[in-house]
Amino acid sequence: MTTRMVGEPVKRVEDPRLVTGNGRYLDDLGHDAFEVAFVRSPHAHARVVDVDVTDALDVEGLVAIYTYEDLVADEEEHGTRVAQALPLLIPHPTLTHGRTQHALANGEVNHVGEAIVMVVASDRYAAEDAVERIRVDYEFLTPIVGVEAARAAEHLVHDDVPGNVAARMVQETGDADAAIDAAPHRLELDLAIERSASMPMEGKGVHARWDADDESLTVHTSTQTSTSVRQAVAAKLNLPVDRVEVVTPDVGGGFGVKIVHPWPEEVLVPWAALRLGRPVKWTEDRREHFVSSAHERGQLHHVRVGYDDEGRLLGLSVKFWHDHGAYIPYGLIVPIITSTQLLGPYKPGAYRVEFESLYTNTVIVTPYRGAGRPQGCFVMERTMDAIAADLGLDRALVRERNFIQPDEMPYDQGLIFQDGRQLLYDSGDFPGSLAKLKELVGWDDFAAYREQARAEGRRVGIGMACYVEGTGVGPYEGGHIRVETDGTVVVSTGLTTQGQGHQTMLAQIVADELGVPFERIRVTTGDTRRFKYAVGTFASRTAVMSGSAVAVTARAVREKALRIASDALEAAVEDLEIVDGNVRVKGTGENGASVDLGAVAVLSNPLRYAFDEAAKRATQFAAPADPDKPPVAEGESPGLEASQFYSPPRSTFANGMHAVVVETDPDTADIKVLRYCVVHDCGTLINPMIVEGQIHGGVAQGVGGALYERMEYAPDGQLLNASFMDFLMPYASEVPEVEIDHLVTPSPLNPLGVKGAGEAGVIPGAAAIAAAIEDAEGITIRRMPISPSELFHLRLENQEAGS
Amino acid sequence: MSDVVSTGSTTRVSLTVNGVRHDLDLPARRLLSDALRHDLRLTGTHVGCEHGVCGACTVLVDGAPMRSCLLFAVSLDGAEITTVEGCRSADGGMGPVQQAFHECHALQCGFCTPGFITTITAFLDDNPAPTRDEAREAVSGNLCRCTGYVNIVSAVERAAELRREPTP
Ligand code: FES
Ligand code: FES
Repeated sequence: MTTRMVGEPVKRVEDPRLVTGNGRYLDDLGHDAFEVAFVRSPHAHARVVDVDVTDALDVEGLVAIYTYEDLVADEEEHGTRVAQALPLLIPHPTLTHGRTQHALANGEVNHVGEAIVMVVASDRYAAEDAVERIRVDYEFLTPIVGVEAARAAEHLVHDDVPGNVAARMVQETGDADAAIDAAPHRLELDLAIERSASMPMEGKGVHARWDADDESLTVHTSTQTSTSVRQAVAAKLNLPVDRVEVVTPDVGGGFGVKIVHPWPEEVLVPWAALRLGRPVKWTEDRREHFVSSAHERGQLHHVRVGYDDEGRLLGLSVKFWHDHGAYIPYGLIVPIITSTQLLGPYKPGAYRVEFESLYTNTVIVTPYRGAGRPQGCFVMERTMDAIAADLGLDRALVRERNFIQPDEMPYDQGLIFQDGRQLLYDSGDFPGSLAKLKELVGWDDFAAYREQARAEGRRVGIGMACYVEGTGVGPYEGGHIRVETDGTVVVSTGLTTQGQGHQTMLAQIVADELGVPFERIRVTTGDTRRFKYAVGTFASRTAVMSGSAVAVTARAVREKALRIASDALEAAVEDLEIVDGNVRVKGTGENGASVDLGAVAVLSNPLRYAFDEAAKRATQFAAPADPDKPPVAEGESPGLEASQFYSPPRSTFANGMHAVVVETDPDTADIKVLRYCVVHDCGTLINPMIVEGQIHGGVAQGVGGALYERMEYAPDGQLLNASFMDFLMPYASEVPEVEIDHLVTPSPLNPLGVKGAGEAGVIPGAAAIAAAIEDAEGITIRRMPISPSELFHLRLENQEAGS
Repeated sequence: MSDVVSTGSTTRVSLTVNGVRHDLDLPARRLLSDALRHDLRLTGTHVGCEHGVCGACTVLVDGAPMRSCLLFAVSLDGAEITTVEGCRSADGGMGPVQQAFHECHALQCGFCTPGFITTITAFLDDNPAPTRDEAREAVSGNLCRCTGYVNIVSAVERAAELRREPTP
């Protein structure tokens, strides 16, 4: 009897390789490749007047130095497009002033860290020697830093973008302003969230090899989307797509930053390999990652809300300003998500949201795990708490009164989501989740605990936050599965992996669907040599998209196996089953007639040549066959394999609720998270161990975003804390134990009933922790993150206001 | 005209890595992390920050955990170095700390993992039976962006157990 693998906490097949030092990350490749370093702008906003490379020319090991002019010359000579601006990946009708960067600056730099000169040398040491000796003359322009300066628009980031506004977007259901004005109670709130970043432990990196004989290019890149990098590189280098392959090696974390593509280096490194005829590699160092990759989160919100005596929302109007940095290659995805997912599990009454996406002379902003949701959740949950405080009601009760009810599912929020489809919740039981959370954290008993702590001179507080997360966005993913003649099952899907255990999770699905032992399954992701059509790994979409794709593919392989085996076993297809990799007649048990899938693979591929033992069984004289039928049956193709795609009509919607207990130090204002409780609904759990791991990691990032992480930009556009010394990511000493309970409401949208789980853990962190600190201190919290010193100053302000 | 910038002069250094002696001619500025990764091709040691904060590059130098991104290889002549590759069991399979990471799901992307494995190996040599608080403290100098540390702390406890079990 085969046990079902889906739903089991199966240990990961990735681990033995990774824990013993046998992973292959980008910088583990190409020890003999030429290496690249960049001259990057030390100024936030300047014109590049002159680049003088004279002093660098004598550096031992120097191979080449390239500036923007070389890219232009190459365009004229070879028809490449490396000199042109990088693509605007996700256009939108409201994105009227989209600007993207050039691979090397073409006369103007718009943030500290923007690449100006590329140096190729024998190794990184030599490349950096040369970089140090290149002199760039600048003409300074006024840097625009922060939302306020961008809005004031006394100076412009891009001369041709009036007001520094890339886009202004409004969505509205009903007449929110009228509803608010007519409501018995009204509130206005100003809220702010600061910048953080994905900050994977491995930065970006690219290795490229041009094979002149074969006229083909192989690019390894630490990306979240190999298929799209392939298309982009081919287009930029003016190569037939057919001559370019992109392989994702082991990736040391992504969290969003690696979905952006092509990064300048993803174009420049392959281009240099092509021109130099030698392998070329670039490995991003940590400072480069801080100043030249991407950040997220920074937004300012103004909320107007109207509600009834019970705390029910009647109208909600939100206006916010989104700082997207110097360029906007990833379009409006982050603010669109904020503006829609802000609604969470609630019915807002009439809703109006308006945002402006603003240029500043800072690093670009693209999705970081949660992708705009932590901000939206912070805004909505702070509003809920403000309503509860205003009416003197229990905070959980106010939330409960505003919930969408289970019998209202599917629920249409009346907005357009980030995938251009309806914001239509497919499933969820919000009251059920809340009940579980209250139970888990002991919500109703907390008041007594708080009092008791007070009596002991301690300050403790509790907070909660709820979210809904659109996951598994389209347009599609695919799978390919082949059974080899030795019974090995080879699975590939095009999207990539950055540590989520996709090889394990996808193998669990295939094991169940195909009826083969888990150990026989080999999964490959993110290798365009194996699978060419894919979108990428983002938006918590792998389990939904590739999971469903390999499930339907496995079903197709299964059907084919049964068709072939029904001939061999002389039994009807309906009477057959596949158990432990053997096709057998149902009900005959282990001793009945059976044929293993390896043998079925042999039968599927009639051969002329006996190149090995298995092949011998499939040659034309080996098996008696019906002489009147073609060796490959009509409508069939050789090989026990199939390829299928999964393309859902719209996103699935996962949800969850977190509750946090904090303690604040009465003297030092130190903030400590005492308990962190999570109730999570991501539909069917494929591997609960992996899902919980994702939640743990997300919670740690949520705690980091609430209490420690921020990008400290000086007014001149210098990032003051561009190192791990100064940008405070939590260590084990800062992250609490996490208590988790699951509620499973399967999605009706896909064959597995799954909803994504990757991002969830991070979303409500700042909101829940802000609420808990507010509860402990009795001080209103309107901005996150919050440091002990900020809390200390809030206390002083509060005392002054009170005295 | 400037002088030629030469990195040519090298120093002979002898490193014993995971029990194998290597004689290398290295420029004085070559970091131990680069020497291990690119000269010896022991790429298990990872570099996450190259400024001594993340701990991904941690190796054991004469048994003590040190950050290989902050050490010049030539300064370690004669040293015994253990990398994550050297934390395997005698048969080349997973050693106890590695096994514990696997069992406890203490890694996701695995990039930080080698630094944790070496750090924990040294810690358990000193403290074979830590409490959970001690286990947490022991790993509090290494950054991981994926796991939230909960399972890493569990893996320290589990590794201690595995190391106490008699090897069959
Ligand atoms: S790479 Fe050495 S401590 Fe981060
Ligand atoms: S497992 Fe990815 S950084 Fe630790």
